[in-house]
Amino acid sequence: MKNGIALLVGLVFGLGLSLSGMTEPLRVLGFLDLAGAWDPTLAFVMGGALMVTVPGFWLARRRGRPILEEVFSWPTRKDIDPKLVTGTALFGIGWGIAGFCPGPAIASLSSALPMVLVFVAAMAVGMLAHDRLLSR
Amino acid sequence: MDIVVDQVAWMRGLAGGLLIGLSSLLLLLFNGRIAGVSGVLGGVLTGARSGDRLWRLLFIAGLIGGGLLFMAVAGRPVISGVPTSLGLTVLAGLLVGVGTRMGSGCTSGHGVCGLARFSGRSLVGTASFMAFGFLTVFVTRHLLGLS
Repeated sequence: MKNGIALLVGLVFGLGLSLSGMTEPLRVLGFLDLAGAWDPTLAFVMGGALMVTVPGFWLARRRGRPILEEVFSWPTRKDIDPKLVTGTALFGIGWGIAGFCPGPAIASLSSALPMVLVFVAAMAVGMLAHDRLLSR
Repeated sequence: MDIVVDQVAWMRGLAGGLLIGLSSLLLLLFNGRIAGVSGVLGGVLTGARSGDRLWRLLFIAGLIGGGLLFMAVAGRPVISGVPTSLGLTVLAGLLVGVGTRMGSGCTSGHGVCGLARFSGRSLVGTASFMAFGFLTVFVTRHLLGLS
C-alpha cells in the first residue's frame, strides 16, 4: 500500500512537473535571468504548489500521525550551519548553469535525450561523491 | 526589467504546481514522508536500508512515468532540448548532486515542502539556491555571453 502510494505520488508529481513547463531548462533559465527577458512562470509553479502544501501540511500535522505509518518523518534539524548555505549555493550554481534541478531532470529521462541522461548520471555521481568522500 | 507575458504558460505552471503540491501532500499524509526529490534519490544511491529503498525507487519510476504520461497525452516529449554543452552539463550535474546532499535538499524538499512547514533551514536554503541561481545566470548570460 505504502509502495503503491509512492508510485502514485511520483506519477502525479512527474505529470505536474511536465505540465508546469519546468522540464524545459530554457524556461527555468528564463526565470533565473532577471537582467534579461524575465519569465515568471516558475513563480506560478511554486505558488501553486505552496497553495496546497501550506494548508495541507498544517492539517496533516494537526491530524497527529500519517494514515499508513505510526509517525511523520519530519526533518529534525533546526540549526543553520555552513554546510546548508554552501550546499544550497553549489546547487544554485549548478541549477543556474543547466536549468535542471533533480525532479525535472528525472522526469525528463522520459524523453530519452542523451544529454538528460548525462546530467542525471553526473548528478548521481555528485551525490555518491558527497556521501562517500566529503561527509565522513 | 522586461517581463515575458505568456498567460497560457502561467496557467499551466499554476496547474502543474497544484499537482506537485497535491502529490507532496499525499506522500506526507499517507506515508509521513517529505517529497524531496534529491533526498529520495540520495537515499536510493547512498545507503538507505533495504526496507526503505523500494518506495524510493517507485517514486523515481513514477516521476519518469509522469513524463511518459504527459508525452502520451500531449504528443511531444516534456523537454525539447538541453541548451548547455556536454562539459557544462556534466559540471552542472556534479554541482547539483554534491550541493543537494550537502545542503539537505533541493527545490522540492526545501522549496515546496520545507517552506510549507515554515522551516528556518529551508527558508535559508531556498533563499541561497535562488540567489546563486540568479547570480549564475547573470554571469553566464550577461558577462560570459553563453546561452
